[in-house]
Amino acid sequence: MTETAKTSIRSEEQFLKVTRSRRNVAWSGVGALVVIVVLFAFPYYVGPGTTGIMIQGLIVLTLASMWNLLAGYAGLVSVGQQAFFGIGAYFVLIPAIHGVTPWAGLFIATIGAAVVAVPLWWLVARLRLGYFAIATWVLASVVMLVFEQITSIGGGSGMALPGLTGYDPAVLTADTYWAALTVAVLAIGGVYLLLRSKVGLTLTAIRDDERAARSSGVRVGLARMGVFIAAAAGCGAAGGILAIEQLQVVPSTSGGVFSVQWTAEMAFAVIIGGLGTIEGPILGTIVYMVLQQTLQSYNAWYLIILGLVAIAIALFARRGLWGTLDERFNIRLFPVGYHLWSPGETRRRRRQAVEAASSLP
Amino acid sequence: MEWVNDIIQGLLTGGLYALFACGLSLMFGVMKVVNLAHGDLATVAGYIGVGIIAISHVPVLWSIPIVVVLMAVLGYILQRSLIEAAISRGELTTLIVTFGLSIIIENGLQQFFTANSRGLGVGDSFITSSFTIGSQITIAYFNLAIFVLAVVVLLGLQLFMTHTKYGRLIRAVADDREAAQLSGADYRHVFGIAAAIAFGTVAIAGICDGMITTLSPTIGTDTILLFAFASVVIGGLGSLWGTLLGGIVLGVAQAIGAQINPNWEPLAGYAVFLLVLVVRPQGLTSRGAQS
Repeated sequence: MTETAKTSIRSEEQFLKVTRSRRNVAWSGVGALVVIVVLFAFPYYVGPGTTGIMIQGLIVLTLASMWNLLAGYAGLVSVGQQAFFGIGAYFVLIPAIHGVTPWAGLFIATIGAAVVAVPLWWLVARLRLGYFAIATWVLASVVMLVFEQITSIGGGSGMALPGLTGYDPAVLTADTYWAALTVAVLAIGGVYLLLRSKVGLTLTAIRDDERAARSSGVRVGLARMGVFIAAAAGCGAAGGILAIEQLQVVPSTSGGVFSVQWTAEMAFAVIIGGLGTIEGPILGTIVYMVLQQTLQSYNAWYLIILGLVAIAIALFARRGLWGTLDERFNIRLFPVGYHLWSPGETRRRRRQAVEAASSLP
Repeated sequence: MEWVNDIIQGLLTGGLYALFACGLSLMFGVMKVVNLAHGDLATVAGYIGVGIIAISHVPVLWSIPIVVVLMAVLGYILQRSLIEAAISRGELTTLIVTFGLSIIIENGLQQFFTANSRGLGVGDSFITSSFTIGSQITIAYFNLAIFVLAVVVLLGLQLFMTHTKYGRLIRAVADDREAAQLSGADYRHVFGIAAAIAFGTVAIAGICDGMITTLSPTIGTDTILLFAFASVVIGGLGSLWGTLLGGIVLGVAQAIGAQINPNWEPLAGYAVFLLVLVVRPQGLTSRGAQS
């Protein structure tokens, strides 16, 4: 009796195979590598103007990936990410005033934003959804007001970034581009690895049923804190890139680093591309850049249209562009979930089934 | 005496903040909707007031009832269409939709009215005149009038909630939507009524703000939404008089901060907000758990 049970389990184990994806992801890995290499070679082929536009796109891409991690995987709808973006910009500016090269300042910006995120998380950790959203917004406002008090870094009117004078403008643009690309690749890669790690499993458990996860001993608060800090670091790095790209840091809420427009741009890009997928922010950023470049002579109209599209997608195509594609074709370039293989299922299941059907008399 | 004057000025400003806050509090209390477009809708109301005065040349104070009615109608329509659709799809969608609205309104205002600020010019001598108590305390009639208006609005809301059919319906739906539905209440319509009332208070808040200071496209989020939220948190969720207390505490904190250093006005208010958030997250008046 026990003997047969054992064998049946063993035989089931042979059939039940669990992998990351139904398809082989090695090809998408190679594809990603090719894309990165091509992107790295960009400044050699296009002019500084195009490279400048690409830098903006990469900043938004980094921000969107971070916002996707927050809202799409940890359920933290932050409307205050401009706080960390601005902190990053200032953490490049402040060391630069004291003689540190802005390129090294990028590391300070990343770590600094993460460090500031710890006490800020402590303030908002108890809040959920809507309350969390406005509370982070208030925190961003507080952070801006604090920076505006410090006159040695320009107070409310901002300051030019020292330390990059004497650079050939074309070289500076290219270097900034490579820094922005590195930050974006690290951000997306970081999110991918984080979600494949134990943290990713924890986040999935929380998303499916927070109470059940909590009662099974999942450390919900710790996982959320980790995501909040990681997202702050990413946004800080992006803010540092902006400081170098614009060669100045301006605080103000209208047009400055602490403007809520930054959060609007990252959130809209994620929602349009597909919340809760790694590919979504990439696709969303492309849509964002196309709209922004097409409508750039009409001031803020691109943001209005982007907002309308985001509302429409949130209401009628909740999984966004990538989610809709995935539903139809079942493609994942960055698989972070698992696929349970049914007995006898193979990669070429469909073709085999067709062959089997055709060989029938 | 200077300090007493500050506290009195802060207290009067608190009335304005309570006006900012009660619509936000009402929408959250009834529909569990955190309306991120709250402040921008108040700004829209202010601009509608500017438009009405420019076209019809009615006195400024007469524009208030017209804008309140217009905004209430807009509130009902918006609730029955966009917000209702968002609510049925979950809280995340509601946040995305109201945040989208907020950004659209703010940038739309910037497109049509430019970023320049404009005031609701009030020519009446009543507005600019004030009376003094002792040698140091000066109270502007207008600020006092807005405080009284805030108390009247809150009192009106309270009486409406306890003594009218729709008030009871709103409370019933807020308590248990399904039970109310089973008893024959159409919760969608009741939500619409609640949104209309909330938007009415938003209209009053927007016009009062336009009269006291000036209107510009960004004040909706920079001040109105954030001050409203701070007032709600300080006062305690779901309590009408709590929002008044929260508004007063915020106003007094700002006035005292401004007395120490003019640049600290908003920071001092937020410092109290953060203190309450940490020490007493359920707010000063509420005894219930924080949601």
